[in-house]
Amino acid sequence: MNALELLMAGLCLASSLCLWRAWLGPTAADRAVAVDLLGILMVGFCAVLTVQTGRDLYMVVGLAWSLVAFVGSLALAKHLEGRRFDD
Amino acid sequence: MIDFAETRDLAAYVLMAFGLAFDLVGCIGLVRLPDVYNRLQAGTKCVTLGTFLLLLGVVVRFGLGAMGWKALLCVWFVAMTSPTAAHAIARAAHRSGVPLAPVSVLDRYREDGDARGGAEEHDAVHQGAMP
Repeated sequence: MNALELLMAGLCLASSLCLWRAWLGPTAADRAVAVDLLGILMVGFCAVLTVQTGRDLYMVVGLAWSLVAFVGSLALAKHLEGRRFDD
Repeated sequence: MIDFAETRDLAAYVLMAFGLAFDLVGCIGLVRLPDVYNRLQAGTKCVTLGTFLLLLGVVVRFGLGAMGWKALLCVWFVAMTSPTAAHAIARAAHRSGVPLAPVSVLDRYREDGDARGGAEEHDAVHQGAMP
């Protein structure tokens, strides 16, 4: 098991903790927080995959993911606040 | 004689290991802390810094080429978007009435809302006007 596989295993552990919080979360806001953090963790996954494979592709995926996760979190927050999406 | 390629790999791996440590601590905080505001506090800051360090590992490993600049751009995006999303979620949680943990001692945001007339503000939100 080399260093990069250890990094991937640690990130999988962190993501499963996030998923555990999203599963438990007593309120909807807890689930929104967990999903938001999962989105940021995925960018970290993309960074590790970039080093592991040496390919440019994964960094582009990380770029797109960071922006899409942001829009998703904002939509969830707006929905929690009880406002319509086209406000 | 120092082998610079290996030194660079080592530096990148050390950075990424620190990033992983921050990510793990943030997620443990997300699971263990008592209410949504504490979880947001622990999770967002730790995971953002952890992702910074992972991406800086990419920059150190590959240098400032096409990949390094993309990683730096990614750092900038995460730095801009993650605090904004956390702020929006915290505000939405407070306005949708998620209670603070029983051990909390202070709620400045509610005091502020009461001083300005909390009920009016709440109605304004439901009519879709920005306060």
